Amino acid sequence: MASESEKPAVDAVTGTATTGHEWDGIQELNTPLPRWWLWTLYLTIVWSIGYWIVYPAWPLISSHTTGVLNYSSRAEVGQELVKLAALRTTQAAGLANASLTEIKASPDLQRIALARGKAAFGDNCAPCHGGAATGAAGFPNLIDDEWIWGGKLDDIQKTILHGIRWEQNPETRVGNMPAFGRTGMLKRDEISQAVEYVRSIAGLDVDKAVDLGKGKEVFAANCASCHGEGGKGNQELGAPDLTDAIWLYGSSRQAMTEGLINGRGGIMPAWSARLDPVTIKALTVYVHGLGGGQ
Amino acid sequence: MTTVDATGVANADYDPRDDIPLYAPAPKVYPQRVKGRFRRIKWGLLIACLGLYYLLPFVRWNRGSSLPDQAVLIDLERKRFYFFFIELWPQEVYYLTGLLILAAIILFLMNAVAGRVWCGYLCPQTVWTDLFMSVERFFQGDRRDRIKLDDAPWSFDKIWRKAATHLSWLVIAWWTGGAWVLYFADAPTLVMQLATLQAPMTAYLWIGILTFTTYVLAGHMREQVCLYMCPWPRIQAALTDADALNVTYRYDRGEPRVSVKQAAKLREAGQPAGDCIDCHQCVAVCPTGVDIRAGAQLGCIQCGLCIDACDDVMRKVMRPPGLIGYDTEAAVVARDAKATPPARRLIRPRTILYAAIISLVGGAMLYQLATRSLLDLAVNHERTPLFTTLRDGSIRNSYTLRIANKRSEARPLAITVGGPAGTTVEISGASPSADWRPIVTVPADSSIEIKLFVAMPRSVATRSSQLIQIKASDLAFGESATVKENFFAP
Repeated sequence: MASESEKPAVDAVTGTATTGHEWDGIQELNTPLPRWWLWTLYLTIVWSIGYWIVYPAWPLISSHTTGVLNYSSRAEVGQELVKLAALRTTQAAGLANASLTEIKASPDLQRIALARGKAAFGDNCAPCHGGAATGAAGFPNLIDDEWIWGGKLDDIQKTILHGIRWEQNPETRVGNMPAFGRTGMLKRDEISQAVEYVRSIAGLDVDKAVDLGKGKEVFAANCASCHGEGGKGNQELGAPDLTDAIWLYGSSRQAMTEGLINGRGGIMPAWSARLDPVTIKALTVYVHGLGGGQ
Repeated sequence: MTTVDATGVANADYDPRDDIPLYAPAPKVYPQRVKGRFRRIKWGLLIACLGLYYLLPFVRWNRGSSLPDQAVLIDLERKRFYFFFIELWPQEVYYLTGLLILAAIILFLMNAVAGRVWCGYLCPQTVWTDLFMSVERFFQGDRRDRIKLDDAPWSFDKIWRKAATHLSWLVIAWWTGGAWVLYFADAPTLVMQLATLQAPMTAYLWIGILTFTTYVLAGHMREQVCLYMCPWPRIQAALTDADALNVTYRYDRGEPRVSVKQAAKLREAGQPAGDCIDCHQCVAVCPTGVDIRAGAQLGCIQCGLCIDACDDVMRKVMRPPGLIGYDTEAAVVARDAKATPPARRLIRPRTILYAAIISLVGGAMLYQLATRSLLDLAVNHERTPLFTTLRDGSIRNSYTLRIANKRSEARPLAITVGGPAGTTVEISGASPSADWRPIVTVPADSSIEIKLFVAMPRSVATRSSQLIQIKASDLAFGESATVKENFFAP
């Protein structure tokens, strides 16, 4: 409390005046800031006023002050997007005028195609083939070296353009695995024999109790017309190679038996009506470059 | 609770604590001209430091036709830092960490050996302030003239002197900013662009910012920077010890302070008389306006100018020089106890420690720099999927390989993968060499990213993960780099 004799006391140790505030014998030293600190505060206030004038600042009832620069981050984004669209138009022209092999041969065009292809793949293809193009049961893996309908640039482009078993597109490619079991074309034990024979040529484990000789006969009579005598498949018909390690629906006995009973025939939409030719070119180059392209 | 306020009127609401100033006064310092040893050292260092700063951007260094020929250049556009024979890439910014550690410990060592040498002689704030003060002295005269001029009413004489000072300051400040931007672009080209007003907007902006800061800090803020803005006085206060050299006033010789005549009388009568004649020359020449006789203090940047001033006075009054001098706390204490000051210990635990850290960090950096590869590999394993089964049952992993070529020539590199027998590598777009190794060419002074497909027969891809070595061998220079990465299998 102030008293008649009280004056700003001086701390004996430091020689600094105290503010007179004291807590349990601990006194607060008065070490004031220089006045220019205060001026820097005023300066920041003046600066903020300049800001109000130059940039949008104050909210009004239904709008806001726009500032003399008329700056808007939204408009800036708009301009950037316009620039980006212009850039993409130029790049698209580059892709449109080049053939697939020319795109593959030019590092610049390839870079553009891969970037566009990746984006388009994520938007359109990933729901079935997966984000990493690894596919799923019934949806082909696009990064391995197995191609049911061909893995050359032109084959891939054809598949994307017209789809597989996509009836609306007249150029779509069709090849059906018949439902041998359901339609009664093969009996149960014939199906089992065929399954074990195919397993034997694919290098999978075989049930020794089944007669492979009979299986071979069943295969030659029913399967070889599409899959070939040795089971190597036929890309013209979309008949998969049955001797390799890759199985679209899995290599379990159950999956193979199910295929023979019910048949197979997955559908891929035709994209010619939904995507522009440049995007399809880019997608082709992208898918071709995933690791399996021939 | 009735008290009397400052004007002597009784006032119940008056509290003397209200009279405590909220803000410290910053009285203007008018340093006086001084001549002597330390002033000469300071002039020498000032010329050396400013000369280095203003001229270094113009030094050329031949790096071949494809790279800039400026010795010191921070190329923000191409993301390179050039320092004579060194070229650093952004990923090597850790050298900056090493440099900062070195700088800090060197400051510590300087402080342990010779006090605030940095503050007094080398700090940009000190150097530019010194330069600005000499400009001020040139137009407005020495300490007394300047005080008189400031007190005088505005007149033509005052106006032109003040205007000339500030204009010169602004010109120097502009050049300070002008030299700064030269470190970020080809100096001769940028000078031409600045002269013809065709330089990029950023250059003008940075020159403007540095002109402003130099003018304000060296022209107006001066000792306020040391007292209130800079952390170093606080840090060095914690670092100093009894053996560190400091600019020190010798109490044992100086006290009691008496006039020359009085001292003669006292000495005749056989009574003690100090050598300090209380002429305040040490205070008058001080650029931060402190009184060194109050002892070591935050405001003292230890520039030694008071030593020059005091020695001059001592010579005039026929007393030995060195009343103020570089001295250690240990010596001061010893003299206080009338003992002989101990020999100065240069080698002591902290100087050994600092020197050890400096050699360790410096040595590690030099070793790293001398042995760093001009070919860098970085590999990323593709995560989705970790592996792919191929038709023949073999397992394939894919990798993204980034190859950095730090040479100024394009170089063809053969990529090989070390792993179990049967391991193959495939790179899309790569041409094979004579021995069927895929070759990729990395352009000069740049980096490329390639996709790598590595396959192993199922018979050797037995473990769920095993290490493989990816190697890039330079066919032209014989250099090679290897990275290890996992190969995953089911």
